[in-house]
Amino acid sequence: MDDPIMVEVKNLHFSRGNTDIFRGVDLQIPLGKITAIMGPSGTGKTTLLKLIGGQLVPDRGQVLIDGQDVHQLSRRSLFTLRRRMGMLFQSGALFSDLDVFENVAFPLRVHTELPNAMIRDIVLMKLQAVGLRGARHLMPSELSGGMARRVALARAVALDPDLVLYDEPFVGQDPISMGVLVQLVKKVNQALGLTAVMVSHDIKETLSIADYVYIIADGQVMAHGTPQTLNVNDDAHVKQFVHGEPDGPVPFHYPAPDFFDDILAPAGQFS
Amino acid sequence: MTGYISALGRATLDTLSSIGRAGLFLIQSIFCLPSREGFHLWLRQMHFVGVMSVAIVLVSGLFIGMVLALQGFTILVGFGADEALGQMVALSLVRELAPVVAALLFAGRAGSALTAEIGLMKATEQLTSMEMIGVDPLRRIVAPRLWAGFVSLPILTVLFGVVGIWGGYLVGVDWLGVYKGSYWSNMQDSVDFVDDVLNGVIKSLVFGLVVTWIAVFQGYDLVPTSEGISRATTRTVVYASLAVLGLDFVLTALMFGDLG
Repeated sequence: MDDPIMVEVKNLHFSRGNTDIFRGVDLQIPLGKITAIMGPSGTGKTTLLKLIGGQLVPDRGQVLIDGQDVHQLSRRSLFTLRRRMGMLFQSGALFSDLDVFENVAFPLRVHTELPNAMIRDIVLMKLQAVGLRGARHLMPSELSGGMARRVALARAVALDPDLVLYDEPFVGQDPISMGVLVQLVKKVNQALGLTAVMVSHDIKETLSIADYVYIIADGQVMAHGTPQTLNVNDDAHVKQFVHGEPDGPVPFHYPAPDFFDDILAPAGQFS
Repeated sequence: MTGYISALGRATLDTLSSIGRAGLFLIQSIFCLPSREGFHLWLRQMHFVGVMSVAIVLVSGLFIGMVLALQGFTILVGFGADEALGQMVALSLVRELAPVVAALLFAGRAGSALTAEIGLMKATEQLTSMEMIGVDPLRRIVAPRLWAGFVSLPILTVLFGVVGIWGGYLVGVDWLGVYKGSYWSNMQDSVDFVDDVLNGVIKSLVFGLVVTWIAVFQGYDLVPTSEGISRATTRTVVYASLAVLGLDFVLTALMFGDLG
């Protein structure tokens, strides 16, 4: 990877209780590209996004954004850094007491001194980009899941951030909404020249728009490369994940005692 | 045996860590300087936690004042001291009942609502998204609510006391026939502004801060599930009520302990 680096994750260790989530993860997110972080459910992809955004603190290691160590910043400096970031949440996370227009206007109102007329123009442009200019008076409770995510995308890019973090942007969408979101993410990214980190396990959609992909499993980076190189990768883990095979190195069954021993266990030994 | 000791140790550590988090939370949120926008947010919360609690406080104050007069009259009349009814109603309300009962009602009405509201914001990732937009939820969500609770409870307490005294008047004077002049003049002679009224207001300031602190912290610190919200809301009402009753004893001992 010869592109300049926007985000660098170095030797990241993170655990919850006695469970190690990450055991020495190293990542480099290139400037102006879409980088996908993929992996089976439960591998800590969203946790990684939260570590990059400074919402969680690692046990060891560093996350550098533009050379700044996110976890060494004061609370105030961290909030200043976050003004250069946008995040699209899995649920949309729209403010339920504000309508669509005010949700998108929120970052502009709190971080800029722009006059109302200019804020209105910017918000309408962002809503036009996601196709929801006509829905500006609706409340979040009146939106479908796909619409909520499009509004959240408009809000995430309202301040034209340098870095956008996407948390499972395509999960739970019908084919039309998913197609719309895939195109939107790609177009918005190209138009604004954003650096994007996208956590997802929707393989086909993600590989179709990502410039670079990291696959995470067992707390480490299992493979990385362009979508083309990963499609022809021979590693059993990578093949199982990229081609969606139900059984392989990642077992179908959650670890359990022997099935027959379990079934034939005498009464009183059920657990 | 070892299991019990380790469980006890874990529970102690959890409790201490929770108290530490709550302390840091209070320090970080209470010193958020008010801005022009912060003032509007505070005003909105004054309406939500203060104005919307007025009805329940007025009705409760009225009935408590009426009951106090009724009970007081039946005791005092036996000693021929029914003219001291105004003094008894006013001192009971101003020193104790108004600050304590208003705080308990406030914990049940506004405290539980604050916990549920902030908890739901956390469960739907609204607090996280605010953080990621670069806005500190402690400043925007918590501080206005904390200050609104701190300011509105003393006002509610004064309203409670005023309506309670009026309720006592309705029962004592209009119904039971206590002489109107003695009801008011005994009250004027015995109620001291600093010792009684001001101390009552100080109590309500302390209760306002503690109840709102417990409510917003429980909402902010809860496990973001439906069960977590339900438990946190219950905890708010229980902890806040116990804190009010416990602190009332401490404050009463400090304020009135040397008067006898």
